[in-house]
Amino acid sequence: MKIKQDSGSVFIKVISYICITIFALFCVFPFALMISSSFMNEQEIVREGYKLIPNEVSFKAYELLLSNSSKLVDAYQVTIFITVVGTVLGLFMMSMAGFVLNRKDFKYRNFFSFLIYFTTLFSGGLIPTYILMVKHLHMKDNLFAMILPAVVGAWSIFLMRNFMKAIPDSLYESATIDGAGDFRIYWRIFMPLAVPSLATIGLFSALGFWNEWYNGMLYMDSPTKFPLQYFLQRMINQANMGSLINSGAVINTADLPTQSIKMATAVLATGPIILLYPFIQRYFVTGLTVGAVKG
Amino acid sequence: MARFVHAGGNIVRELFKNKVLYLMLLPVIVYFAVFHYAVMPGAYVAFVDYKLNKGIFGSDFIGLKNFEFLVQTGELWNITKNTLLYNLVFLALGNIIQIVFAIMLSEITGKWFKKISQSVILLPNFISMVIVGVFAYNLFNFNSGFINTIISGAGLDRYEFYNDPGIWKYIIVAFKIWAGTGYGMIVYLAAITGINHDLYEAAYMDGATTWQRIRYMTLPILKPTFILLLLFGMGGILKGSFDLFYNLIGTNSVLYPQTDIIDTYVFRSLVGQFNFSMGAAVGFYQSLFGLVLVLVVNFIVRKVEPDSALF
Repeated sequence: MKIKQDSGSVFIKVISYICITIFALFCVFPFALMISSSFMNEQEIVREGYKLIPNEVSFKAYELLLSNSSKLVDAYQVTIFITVVGTVLGLFMMSMAGFVLNRKDFKYRNFFSFLIYFTTLFSGGLIPTYILMVKHLHMKDNLFAMILPAVVGAWSIFLMRNFMKAIPDSLYESATIDGAGDFRIYWRIFMPLAVPSLATIGLFSALGFWNEWYNGMLYMDSPTKFPLQYFLQRMINQANMGSLINSGAVINTADLPTQSIKMATAVLATGPIILLYPFIQRYFVTGLTVGAVKG
Repeated sequence: MARFVHAGGNIVRELFKNKVLYLMLLPVIVYFAVFHYAVMPGAYVAFVDYKLNKGIFGSDFIGLKNFEFLVQTGELWNITKNTLLYNLVFLALGNIIQIVFAIMLSEITGKWFKKISQSVILLPNFISMVIVGVFAYNLFNFNSGFINTIISGAGLDRYEFYNDPGIWKYIIVAFKIWAGTGYGMIVYLAAITGINHDLYEAAYMDGATTWQRIRYMTLPILKPTFILLLLFGMGGILKGSFDLFYNLIGTNSVLYPQTDIIDTYVFRSLVGQFNFSMGAAVGFYQSLFGLVLVLVVNFIVRKVEPDSALF
């Protein structure tokens, strides 16, 4: 049925289009500014400041970054490593837990669920965690210090568990009668069916690891172990660029395009997400909706 | 818990019978045991005069001295006030804006416009707060920031944003809302699309205008979701957003009076001053306060809407 338009509804529609367009422009504006500033030449930035449309396009910042890139490459490697290992490990652990915690024949499932849930209410806090990590687990400067604390999320486990509920018990019963063990049921029956929720949780978890900087800042000492975002943060806060890109003898640090290099690094650190975004965006929307409904 | 104590021999039998299931659960249990439960007794560090070489339980017990000091210096009051106020504004203003945008988006009929604007508004949700910090630098820095470019282009004097604590309240709130609107908008949009369409058609037949439909149907239907999100948000009201604050403010102490929150204070007492006990005292206070709030909020929710209570 077509709903006829009264004048009020046309007004609301027009307002909606205008407000959403303005807000959407606000959302892309900083990205656009960052990208265009990375292509500005240093003199222009110093003289006129960051601009949306540079007078002339310069690739100097990228050239310098890419030709002296070993630190950037290190940071990329660290980030890719923690993203892949963290996501795979986390998905494996969380899906197994979700599988077990929804098994009706698992006697203590409520007890274990509560143990997990309670950690979202009360935590020891940053400083005891830091002491544990550094003094007792000896994790200082170990790449796993950026993976382990974030590998599992309580809500993600519950999301997995809720997803399990949608799978009929009879499927397990018949598999058990056919002689399949618990792990085989999990791996061969549950996992293929759980692909949508694995994808959603996996994407969120991967994004979390990609954006990781905090544990890197707390626990990493050697610059070769800094994740990408922390590398970027140091670069932004540091006046002396030479210490971050491998200047060597070739570059005179005085002429380094400090400002545009900051922006070019930011672009490279954001890049993969911006490039992948159109493809993964629809999963996020479904994932968010599922997450919201399931609490 | 009680069942565990009484079960005795049954536990061994149960463990053996379901050994594969226990093994599958084991990694997650170990994770929570180590990274959450093992840490909890460590909160005791708040009650000692922590010396690195003596360890948490070897250091001298000084009771509530750390807390007393924090109260006396007024630090605890200032960071609690800032944290509470910021989070209240984030919660209230954030949710209202999310609802308004969700309703506006649901009124829009252009399919492509809807899809693209939704994606664009969601985009800030996926970048790291470090990048948000870069954006702030890009916009507000004194010599080359975009806003100062415009100001000086208009013939006015450049403005030293990084020297004015007052203005950062607004900048922080703006960035928080900027980053969070897309997510919340989709949550509310899902609730709106879940509304039975027959209801709207019936309202139309009765001659309701779009405005009346929004006012008397959509808003009341969203109200419970709004109240719930608000109530649940209250539980975490002393936590969070460290990322945002640290990346926007960093170590610029000029801005602290109006921008220091509990998390940034605890972080500094760890990294800047190595004052473990003082920081832990604040952290403990935060966790305890948060726990009490969650319990109170859950109690209220259970009274009002029993189905929506957390436990």
